[in-house]
Formats: sequence, structure tokens, C-alpha cells
Amino acid sequence: MDFASFLIQTLNSLQYGLLLFLVASGLTLVFGIMGIINLAHGSFYMIGAYLAFVLTSATGSLVMAIVLGIPLALVFGAFLEWALFSHLYKRDHLEQVLLTYGLILIFEQLRSLLVGDDVHGVAIPAFLDASIQLTEVMSYPVYRLAISVVCIVLAVALYYVIQRTRLGMMIRAGNDDRGMVESLGININMIYRVVFALGVALAALAGMLAAPISSVFPNMGSHVLIISFVIVVIGGIGSVWGALVAALIVGFADTFGKVLVPELSGIVVYVVMAVVLLWRPEGILKKG
Amino acid sequence: MNAQASLIPKLVALAIVACVPLSGESFYIEIVGKVLVMAIFAMSLDLLVGFTGLVSFGHAAYFGIAAYAVAILSPEYEAANLWYVLPASIGLSALAAFVIGLFVLRTKGIYFIMVTLAFAQMAYFIFHDTPLGGGSDGKYLNNKPSASIFGWEPFDLTNEVHMFYFILAMLVLVYLFLARVLQSPFGRVLVGIKSNEHRMQSLGYFTFRYKLGAFTLAGALGGLAGFLYAVLFGFVTPELLSWHESGNVLLMVILGGMGNLTGAIAGAFAFEAMREIFADITKYWQLLMGGVIVAVVLFLPGGLAGVPGRIKRALQGGDAK
Repeated sequence: MDFASFLIQTLNSLQYGLLLFLVASGLTLVFGIMGIINLAHGSFYMIGAYLAFVLTSATGSLVMAIVLGIPLALVFGAFLEWALFSHLYKRDHLEQVLLTYGLILIFEQLRSLLVGDDVHGVAIPAFLDASIQLTEVMSYPVYRLAISVVCIVLAVALYYVIQRTRLGMMIRAGNDDRGMVESLGININMIYRVVFALGVALAALAGMLAAPISSVFPNMGSHVLIISFVIVVIGGIGSVWGALVAALIVGFADTFGKVLVPELSGIVVYVVMAVVLLWRPEGILKKG
Repeated sequence: MNAQASLIPKLVALAIVACVPLSGESFYIEIVGKVLVMAIFAMSLDLLVGFTGLVSFGHAAYFGIAAYAVAILSPEYEAANLWYVLPASIGLSALAAFVIGLFVLRTKGIYFIMVTLAFAQMAYFIFHDTPLGGGSDGKYLNNKPSASIFGWEPFDLTNEVHMFYFILAMLVLVYLFLARVLQSPFGRVLVGIKSNEHRMQSLGYFTFRYKLGAFTLAGALGGLAGFLYAVLFGFVTPELLSWHESGNVLLMVILGGMGNLTGAIAGAFAFEAMREIFADITKYWQLLMGGVIVAVVLFLPGGLAGVPGRIKRALQGGDAK
């Protein structure tokens, strides 16, 4: 592998890993803070991608689609938390698995009813539709770089919110000890709703950003869901920074796996997970 | 309820199912045969979820591994011998469960659910991506295994009625076997682990070994179900290992009420019946199925098995909690 293709694969790994981080960060927060296992999290990614497709067709621009789509996702997330997930907090994990499994069936069927089962493409916004020439034959698309930049900005923003704001303080406290937070007079249910809506919006945003690269297709959420599970397991439940590190590990393992051992590419990520589990059953970074 | 009183309804149900081939309709024989296979699969998972308290979300892996094992071990143009491929397929599933168990049983709770899922997904990709499994189209089993013992053939699996009774016999055997296991000291320890693992540890049990034993046994019996499925339908696809299958079988166990072998069988019947009926009414059956699942979780915390108790309490005028 020469330097230019190494560089391209590295950038691809970063971009893929950062995108996965958007999905996994919400998942790990919902696990860690609310103690809920949410199989439907991949569906939010799928819904985001379809929102990008529908809204881009309507408004003519992906940027407009994202601007409109994020508030929609936030409202949708808050609604779901109010209508369904708030009833699950004290239930068994098994029941959470069941309910969210039922939700996947419902979301996929509604998707099929409303948009159909065809594969769709989404256009890259014109101002990002260019490539950077690396060598005479190899180039790197600006849009992928833009995704990485957006994700890095969001990761920094998330860090700021969680570590430096009052809301973040309450989220961290809720992660550690729910009962204590409640008895201090903080409305934990409100925090749950905010965190859940945020998680839905982040996953949907990841879907919207990925739509032009991966195209939009049925069941696109399920692969992302399982990879996100792996990331949460590697990173440690409830740890956003663990999720970031793990997402990057998975991004690199998957991308370089596809180049170096194409036949086994599907397995590489799971092998990494198995090794991490042997080494640290609770994930690389524990809660915190 | 004493043992004899509960035996009669079971025998009646068994007799009714055993009469299905008398209908002479291939469609019903095959579909009920499939339900019986799924019932074996559900019982094997119930050993983990209902009795040991291990919520495995990757049980389809062991089903699929044995199913693929028959297809791969059978020669292309002639029938393999049943008495060789059956133990070999089950053995491979058990081996996979043993090795995976060494990893996944180090984790608990949500981790366990996710890690079993991830390992099943790994198995899915092995059959999906490598030349071993024939890609996403799967593999055909051209000739069903022959039951010949030194030239004597007690039954013929290519005959749909023989196949049906073979599956039914396996179901009864698995049921009796599991019921026996659960009465044994080993089974008692598993139930103890479910209710309080720490207590079992302080009583001096190496709970990890017992859990690994249960995990391996469940994998082997799941493998038996997968073997029967492959022989019944004559082809295997990677979808047999997909996490949707793991979800479906978990659903069967829960529908029937966990920790209840007869319930697991009833759950398999209920699930497949629901699927057939909803698919008959509308092509959007997933929507109905999803709606039913969500409603059951929200409004019937005990599953369908809890319904009779609720009705009883309501009739007696007490508060139905």
C-alpha cells in the first residue's frame, strides 16, 4: 500500500468511525443513564437517511433537509420517550428488548408504506461536490472530509455540554446515581427526555450525513445498530469518550480489514470486540 | 395440580398434533412440522432465558451452524448417513456454543445481551461472506440424509409423513430430556443461579461452569432444531443466523411464559399462527406483529401466560395487578 492510498484509507476510517460515534454516543447514553437497551436505535439512523431523501427531494438541498430534519428528530425522540420508553425504566431488560424489537418492525413497515422499498440516492450539496487531488490518479471527495469535520465539531460540542454545563452535570449525576439526583430535587424525567431526544437526533443526523455516500435503502439501520452495540461494548456502557475511542477503533478495523483481508472483513470488528472482552470485560473506559 | 392431571392435556395435545399427517395435505404437514422445529428451538432457548436467567440474543447462531453443517457435510449427489450427520451437526453447534460461551459468560446483563448478539452476527458473516457458506443465496441440501443402519432403513426422511413423525419424536425426546435435566441437581443449580447467582457462589458452586454447561446444552439442542429445519426444507440461507431469527425465538419463549417448557412449545405455535394469520389479512403483517408486541409489553407485563391469572383475579373481584 503506497502512501496516497494509505492516506485515503486513514481518512475513510476516520470519517466512518466518527459517523458511527454519532449513533453510538446516543445509544451509550441511553444505556448508561436510563438503563434501557434500545434495539430501535438503528431505526433512527434509517429514519434520518429517509428524512434526508424526502426533504432533499422537497427542498432541493441536503443542507435544508438537515436544518429541517434535526428539529423533527428531536420532537420525534421526545414523543417516543413520553409515549413508550418512559414506561420501560423499571422493567426487565428482556421486555425492553421485546418492545424495541416490535418498534423496528413497525418503523420498517411504515417506511415501506410511506416511501417504498426502492434504493434511493441523495445528491451531495453543490458546494461540497468536489475532490481533492492527492496524486495523478487518486483523489479524495470533499464531502467525506466535511462529514468528518461536522462530526468532530459535534463531538467537541458534546464534550462541552456534558463536562461544562449544568445540564451536563445533571446528566453525569443521573448516570451515577438516579436516586440521589431525584432526592436533590432535580427532575430526572426531564433529563431522560432531553437525553433520549438528543440520542435520536444524533442518530438521525448520522443517517442524513451518510445518505449521499451509502444511498438510502431498506433495513439500513440494522447493520449500524449492531456495529453500534459493538462500539458500546468495547467502549464501556455509559461512557461517551469510550464510545469515541471505540468508534475510531471500529472505523479503522473495518476499513483496513476490507482492504487487507477482504474475505474476512465482516468478522474483523467482532474479533476486535472478543479480544477487548477478554482483556477488559467492562469495556476500555468504564463509566464516567 | 398433580403430575397426572397436568399430563392429560399434554397427551391430548400431542395426539392432536400426531393426527395432522392424516389430513394428507402437504401444506399443513410441512407448516406444522416447521412449528414443531421452532418449538424445539424455543425450548432450547428457554433453558437459558427462563431457567438460568441468561438472556441470549444470539441463539439463531447455533440453529444456523447445525443447519449449514448438514448442507456442507452431505455429499453433493448422494444422501449422507443420518447417524453420522446428525451427531456431527449437533456437535458442531455445541462446540461453537462452548467456545462462544467462554467469552460471553464473562459478561452480565445488558452486556450479555449485546455480546451474544455480536457473536451471532459474527457467525452470520462467516457463512455470508466466506466461500464456506455459498454467499447470501445459501446452499441446497440436494439429498436428505438416509437413516440406513447397515443396509436396514427404519424410516425414510424423504417421505413427508416419516419426516413429520421424526420431528415430533425429537420434540418429545427433547421435552422429556429437558424436564429430566431440570429435575437433576445440575438443573436445580441453574434455577438457583437465575434467582441469585451470588448466593449459589457463596454456597460453593462454580457458577461459571454450570452456566457454560447450560449454554453448551442449549446450543446443542438449538443445533438439533437447525438440523431438522435444514432437512425439512432442503436449503439453508445466512438469514437463519440473522438477529431477526434470534429475536423471533426469544419472542416465542416470552409469549409462552418463560421458565416453562410446555409454554415454549405453545409460544412457538402462537407466534407462527400469528405470523400466518397476519400475513393472510394484510401484506403489512409486520405492522400488526410489531403493534401486538408493543401492546403486550406495555399492557401485559406477564406475557400471554399471565392472562389466565389476570382473568381469574378480575373474576374474583380482587384488584388485577
